[in-house]
This record gives sequence, structure tokens and C-alpha cells, in this order.
Amino acid sequence: MTENIIEVRDLVKHYPVTRGIVFKKTIGQVKAVDGVSFELKAGETLGVVGESGCGKSTLARVLMNLERPTSGQVLYKGQDISKLSGGALRRLRRQIQLVMQDPYTSLNPRMTVGDLIGEPFEIHPEVAPRGSRRGKVKELLDLVGLNPEHINRYPHQFSGGQRQRIGIARALALRPEIIVCDEPVSALDVSIQAQVMNLLEKLQAEFGLSYVFIAHDLSVVRHLSDRVAVMYLGKMVEIGTEDEIYERPTHPYTQALLSAVPVPDPTLRDNKAIIRLTGDVPSPVSPPSGCRFRTRCWKAQDVCAQEVPLLQIRRGSDHPSACHFAERREIVPTHEAA
Amino acid sequence: MSEQSAAGADGSGRPSGRLLEVDDLRVEFRTRDGVAKVINGVTYHVDAGETLAVLGESGSGKSVTAQTIMGILDTPPGFVTGGQVRFHGKDMLKMSSEQRRRIRGEGIAMIFQDSLSALNPVFTVGFQIAEQFRIRRGMSRSDAKKRAVEMLDQVKIPNAKGRYSNYPHQFSGGMRQRAMIAMSLALDPEVLIADEPTTALDVTVQAQIMDLLGELQRERQMGMILITHDLGVVADVADRIAVMYAGRIVEEADVYDLYAKPAHPYTLGLLNSIPRMDEKGQELRTIKGLPPNLMNIPPGCPFNPRCPMAQPVCREKVPPLLQIGSARASACHFAEELVNRD
Repeated sequence: MTENIIEVRDLVKHYPVTRGIVFKKTIGQVKAVDGVSFELKAGETLGVVGESGCGKSTLARVLMNLERPTSGQVLYKGQDISKLSGGALRRLRRQIQLVMQDPYTSLNPRMTVGDLIGEPFEIHPEVAPRGSRRGKVKELLDLVGLNPEHINRYPHQFSGGQRQRIGIARALALRPEIIVCDEPVSALDVSIQAQVMNLLEKLQAEFGLSYVFIAHDLSVVRHLSDRVAVMYLGKMVEIGTEDEIYERPTHPYTQALLSAVPVPDPTLRDNKAIIRLTGDVPSPVSPPSGCRFRTRCWKAQDVCAQEVPLLQIRRGSDHPSACHFAERREIVPTHEAA
Repeated sequence: MSEQSAAGADGSGRPSGRLLEVDDLRVEFRTRDGVAKVINGVTYHVDAGETLAVLGESGSGKSVTAQTIMGILDTPPGFVTGGQVRFHGKDMLKMSSEQRRRIRGEGIAMIFQDSLSALNPVFTVGFQIAEQFRIRRGMSRSDAKKRAVEMLDQVKIPNAKGRYSNYPHQFSGGMRQRAMIAMSLALDPEVLIADEPTTALDVTVQAQIMDLLGELQRERQMGMILITHDLGVVADVADRIAVMYAGRIVEEADVYDLYAKPAHPYTLGLLNSIPRMDEKGQELRTIKGLPPNLMNIPPGCPFNPRCPMAQPVCREKVPPLLQIGSARASACHFAEELVNRD
């Protein structure tokens, strides 16, 4: 199970900022993803966390090959997906599917559920011959916990959680190896969110899926992920197993992020040390020199402004961290400690 | 049927002593498709200096209650069909719109979830704050501006003077929420209603905003109604919690009691279904099913179709919100059993 199914090498995605209508002039670059490397192993869940604007959704778009990277590579089983086109690309797309955040806008309101979930079969007729499609769709509906008899209903007849199940069924239709989930539960209510998370876990166990699970909710990510990557302003600042990131974080940003998560236990209210970050995330058009987090970091020294800290294993830590002054710090309060 | 909050009695027995009281409020939305009973007898109160969290999922009626308190309910389709909203003992629902207007801002103010759509995009942030001082306090332009800059400073907007003449779109999400807090606190309200104030924000910014709100509340001894669906935020800041489901309060308790021993199966289900960062659990225990359609609320306890403890009585009798123990109440036929288990 240690085979790398996806390898991302030094991935960069910049969007040009232009001025003028007739004579377009590029006046800057939004550095949405700026040098990210990681791998996804078969059957594992890699969680990607970060605040808005850190580039996690751009990463999803590049992984799906909806955007071509500015530079760097995304290798699917050793094959660079951004170089593919035509039939080869179509065959690849079968293997990587996407579940989107907003179940209200990601489903076409004029299509029935049967058409929505069956549409992938139109593009990839080899998966299901014409006659068997309705049966397949019903199977999928049943699989994600929806009533197969609702195949002729329209999206507006379903609640948010049910729509997200439709989105998941659509992603599963082609039996992909990888599903990229971009904030799949953040639009849902707590009780519904738990149902969808359980469904994702069940499907992974059943089909041996690999997930790239993108979310801003750290508790949700911890619950589902085997490994977790933390992003800040287009860079990956720390990556490790779920335990390494949550129990032994070494990057100041990860520590601040974890400490800011409200814990649903009022008894921990007073003995919880919140690291308060000041200010907002800087603009990705002109990120700070050196370490991008230095403008909000309490540890920042001169070296942080000059040298970009590499994502590597540092002294006293067991997983890569992109901080010159990485050190362990206990953040997540446990019940034993309280 | 009366669903008086027993937890609110508190021994004093003097209803007029409360700062803000919602009493058996009922609201329905009359739409083309039918009548949705959005609020079905909600009773809660908030006193000076305390934070009441109103917890519920979408459609539970928590925001509509707040809109009714503020008098900003869209009518039609929303109609108040019963109950009272008393501010300092006076029923606001019977007041003239002029009287209500005087309470808004000075008596009760509100901050909204989506600060970008709550602020007017064509006026500067500073102007929108200063406007209140000019119109409500009769200040001159320059005095009003001075006060508005002070307000921006109080909510810790860096370079408040320079930021005065910025437009809302020039502010980041966190800064906009700060500006909105400044605006709502400008006239020194006694009660602040915060409707999902941090839902649209990132966690690090959320922590900043909740800190700020707590600090301002302590300074001013305001009563605060915090409307949210986030059980984490509630645990950090609330004094008391009212849990809403299908337009009713199903449980009301002190924050510590509620998390330690929920007295309603819905609260218990909610607590069980959140993934916790400090406990890597296995499968999440979910609440099965979906919230009821408000046009067709099931008979008996509205939670009965989803409740793991449901008995025949739950399908027949609506459980009233009854006091259990000293300072908590639950609307469940089996609340005692729930609290007294293990």
C-alpha cells in the first residue's frame, strides 16, 4: 500500500493580473500555488488545510487538470498529467474525480438526478453500456444512501446533505482511484456533515479510494485524514501524519491555527492557550520576502526575511516543516490534561 | 399550550426585571406553497452582561427569532402570530414603528453574518458609522467623524483615521466584521444580537473577532445573544445556551451542564456528531434523517422521527419545556432519564 499514486513536484500556478482592455499589460502575478511538492499513496487520505486564499482550491483545480500548472509536474503513476491531451487525458480523467463544495451550484438544476449521475457514462461509454446505465445509477444512489426510486427527481427536491450525496455518487460513477474533495462538508449542518463524513469513510473502505481532502475545518480534516498538509499563501508549511501535525506541530502557523480552533468543551475554556495572530493574510500578488508567514509570526528574525525556509525535516522533529525555528509545542488540549 | 421557560424563572418571579425577554413567540411564513410554522413558542431571555447562545441548525428558527426581536422580519411573508418580545418589560411588538426605531441601535443592535452585504457598498465605512452620530445624536459632521474614528479605533482597526474613508470592498473579511461591530456599538446598545458573526471567517480571524466581542461586552456590560451553529465557539464564550429545533427551544441550560450532560436527545446527538480535534474517534455517531419540513411538522415531539429514544408517547404529545433540577430545562418526555443515566 506504499505505492505513490500521485506525485506533485514543485508545482507552481500563477495567474496574471492585467491592466487595460485593448493593450493588455501584465502588471503582476497572483501566486496562488508557489512551489508545492507532495505525494499521495494508494488508499490513503491526504488532508490539505489552510485559510482562505492559501491556494488549496487552486491545488485541487490543477490536480484535476482543470488548470495547467505554470511550472512543475503532477505525476499520476509516473505520468505527467499536464502533458496529456485527447484520448489519453480522457482516460486519465476517469481515474481522478472531484466532489465540490457547494451542492447548490454544482448540480445542474435542469437535469434529473438520473441524468446527473449518468452523465459520466456518456463521456466514458466503455464503463457502462447504454442499456445498463439506469441500473448503474440506481446502484450508485443506493450506495450513497439515497432512495433509488428518486432517480427522476430534480436537485431542488433534495436537501443540502442529499445533494452532496448526489455529487459523491456522480464522482463515484466511473469507479475512480482518486477523489479530490474540495470542502465537501463545509456547507452542511453539523448533523448532516457527520453523515456525509461517515459515507466518505465507508466508500473509501469499500473501493480502496485515495482522497485528497481539502478543508478549512481542522477537526474535520483530522477525523478523516491519514496525513495532513498545511498551506499558507501558496506554500506548504508543514506536512506529516495526522498525529505529527496535530500532536507535535513544529511550524508556528500550524500551532496558531490549531490553537485557534474552538474546542467544544467549556471546561477547557480557561486552560487553553490561544496563540493570537495579528492582522490578515498578506496579498498573494506581492507575498512577503523570505518566509511568507513572517509578517504575522512572533518568532520572526532577520533571517526569515532573507531566506525562504525549505520544507524539510528539522532538528528535534520527525516530519518536514518550513520554518527556520521549528520546534515542538503542545497545542491540542486532551482530556487527560484537563 | 404554554411552553414557559422554567429555567428562566430563577426564583425572582419578577418578569419585568429582565433586560430582554422573548415570551412564547410564534412566527409563520405564508408562502404560495403553504404556511411554514417557523417559530412555535420560543421563550428566552438575556440579562445585562451575560451571553446567551442560541444554537441550532439551518431552519431551526434562530435567525428569524432575532429578526423579530429587531423588528426587521420581512412581512409578508413572515407574520408574528403570538407571543411577546419585552425590552425592559415593555412589549415591543405592540410599539409604534417610531418607538421601535428608537430602540434599534440604542437599546438593541445586531451584527450580521455576511458583512459584505450588510454594509452599504457606495458609502465609506466611516460615513456609515458617523451617520448614526449625526442623525441620532445630532452631532456636527466633524464631531461625528471624530467619534466614528474613535469607534474604529476601539474595534482595533489599525490606522483608523486613514481607514475612515475606505469603502467596504477595500476591507478584508475580518476588518469588515470589525467595522460592523463598530457600527452596531456606536450608540452604546444594552443588548447586542450577533447572528453567526464569525461563520464566514477563517479560524485565526474568528478567534480575533470573538476575543474582541468578549472584551467589548465586558467593558460595556452588554447582554449578548450569540446565534450560531458552531458548538466550539459556543463552548468558549457562552454563559447559557438555548438549543433550537424546528422553531422550538428543546433545551436550555448553563454551558457547563449542557456539554457535560445534555438533557435532550437532539443536543446529545449534536455533541456526538461533531468530529473532535482532541479525540480521534472512529465512526461519528450521527443523527439519522433530516430536519422536518416546517410546513408539515410531525405530530408530537418534532424530533421524534430522528430520535433514538422515541416511544409511542413522543408521537402523540408535544413535550413542554420543563424545568429539571435547578437551572435547566428540557423539552423531552425522557429528560430525567437522560440526565440521570450512568
